[in-house]
Amino acid sequence: MVEQEGIRRYVAHVILWIGIAIVAFPVYLAIVASTQDNAVIANGQMSLLPGGEFLKTYYQTIFVGTSGTTREPVGNMMLNSLIMALMIALGKIAISIISAYAIVYFRFPFRMPIFWIIFITLMLPVEVRIYPTYKIVADLHMLDSYAGLSLPLIASATATLLFRQFFMTVPDELLEASRIDGAGPFRFFWDTLLPLSRTNMAALFVILFILGWNQYLWPLLITTRDDMQTIQIGIRKMITTTDALTEWPVVMATAVLAMLPPVFVVIAMQKLFVRGLVETEK
Amino acid sequence: MQKQSIFQSKLLPYALVAPQLAIVLIFFYWPALQAVIQSFLLQDAFGLSTSFVWFENYVELFKEPAYFEAIVRTFAFSFAIALSSLSLALLLAVMADKPLRGGTVYRTLLIWPYAVAPPVVGVLWIFMLHPSLGVLSRYLRGMGIDWNPLLDGNQAALLIILSAAWKQISYNFLFFLAGLQSIPKSVLEAAAIDGARPMRRFWTVTFPLLSPTIFFLLVVNIVYAFFDTFGIIDTMTRGGPGKSTETLVYKVYTDGLLGGNLGSSAAQSVILMIMVIVLTGIQFRFVERKVTY
Repeated sequence: MVEQEGIRRYVAHVILWIGIAIVAFPVYLAIVASTQDNAVIANGQMSLLPGGEFLKTYYQTIFVGTSGTTREPVGNMMLNSLIMALMIALGKIAISIISAYAIVYFRFPFRMPIFWIIFITLMLPVEVRIYPTYKIVADLHMLDSYAGLSLPLIASATATLLFRQFFMTVPDELLEASRIDGAGPFRFFWDTLLPLSRTNMAALFVILFILGWNQYLWPLLITTRDDMQTIQIGIRKMITTTDALTEWPVVMATAVLAMLPPVFVVIAMQKLFVRGLVETEK
Repeated sequence: MQKQSIFQSKLLPYALVAPQLAIVLIFFYWPALQAVIQSFLLQDAFGLSTSFVWFENYVELFKEPAYFEAIVRTFAFSFAIALSSLSLALLLAVMADKPLRGGTVYRTLLIWPYAVAPPVVGVLWIFMLHPSLGVLSRYLRGMGIDWNPLLDGNQAALLIILSAAWKQISYNFLFFLAGLQSIPKSVLEAAAIDGARPMRRFWTVTFPLLSPTIFFLLVVNIVYAFFDTFGIIDTMTRGGPGKSTETLVYKVYTDGLLGGNLGSSAAQSVILMIMVIVLTGIQFRFVERKVTY
């Protein structure tokens, strides 16, 4: 494999940079737009270089919101998104790890039926059962609440399967050893299994946090109060159907703020992210 | 597969599975069951009486041309999104798989769009290609193209496909790169010694060895196009102009939101469930095969 190696490498670099440009351009545009004046953007005269309105736009976006009727600070929306994402990620990990523990380390009547009941949920995303789920959440008086936002999204089996698979690879000797030390089911779980699962939990957390933060359809249905909006919902409400009223710098600043936490997580925890992505798709 | 070494306890395991079981039963099985039951019922116009009508809701649904069009449109979108995203991602992965200086930097710079939420993707793309203020629209108009995705259905569909494919590049890239890296270098070297040139090596060795990854990604991308495009469509075109970007999920949403026909909305949900189960089934069968390789 030596033929024209130099030229081929050069071509590869060029193609990769073109790919990166394609991927980055829409985001670059958003960042640039969030630093410019709305009148200039609305005229279609937007510059491709950053303007001078950075502080003004982001201050307004985070603490005030748009000037329209649904004036809601984006800072508050980000807080809602954060709470929802954390509840989904931590809730799913917590209930999954204990149910996987029961299924792997205990024998009890209906063990396999219970496993299958959980397993089947893997197949259906919340989108296909939105209205019935909405009705149940409404009947339970959970509209406009964090519980209503997160609980229906916790009902899925991916994490349970992941932990089950992992527990199966933990050598039996560990259990026997800790039993000789006099450890019961709680001690073994807490002192042995949990520390061993740390990397899996972290990888899962990264993926679930991103999925939770990026939820859209479900929060759109069940939040009616402006102060319960997540950032993804807020951004849609900022785009008015009459284009003239849309405050594009604020919309773009909100888009940038909506991307910031999950993109940061992907880049800062790249190893865990890749691991989580590959593991959850197995 | 079972553990040999286990704990003995009568109640503890039930207590441990109880939280998950409760959530799954309340928020998954109960609504899914409701959808199935509802799809066999018909309510009168005032919601006063309900009658059991067997498959009438389904029959009505398939008689409706708009539903049939939504099915065709959803599949067309799915394949267009999957093909465009997969081919670009494969090209980038093949390039990034070469021993290049700064290889890990390339990977980082290509994978982050995975974290961009669909509604944000919609906002970014409509801003870039907005008929009156979009930066790229200026150039399109300069080239003599009458660009207005807010009025032209085909252009709106194109915009949805491009933006949805854009978001999925990073995911596909990551899995292709992993797939490429698991191909033994010795196989490629053997082909090179036999005199196969790089292009031929790619099509006769790399591509066939990558086929399990390609198939897996095809299914994942189709499921993605079915469901995750909702946020993109909702912020960008809201199903319009006309119904030219209304997918099956979007139709369930709007039909249910208008509140008119609960039975029809439920029947649509059930049909979607069946489609996803079939897709997931195909994927599982394939995963089984991969294990026995």
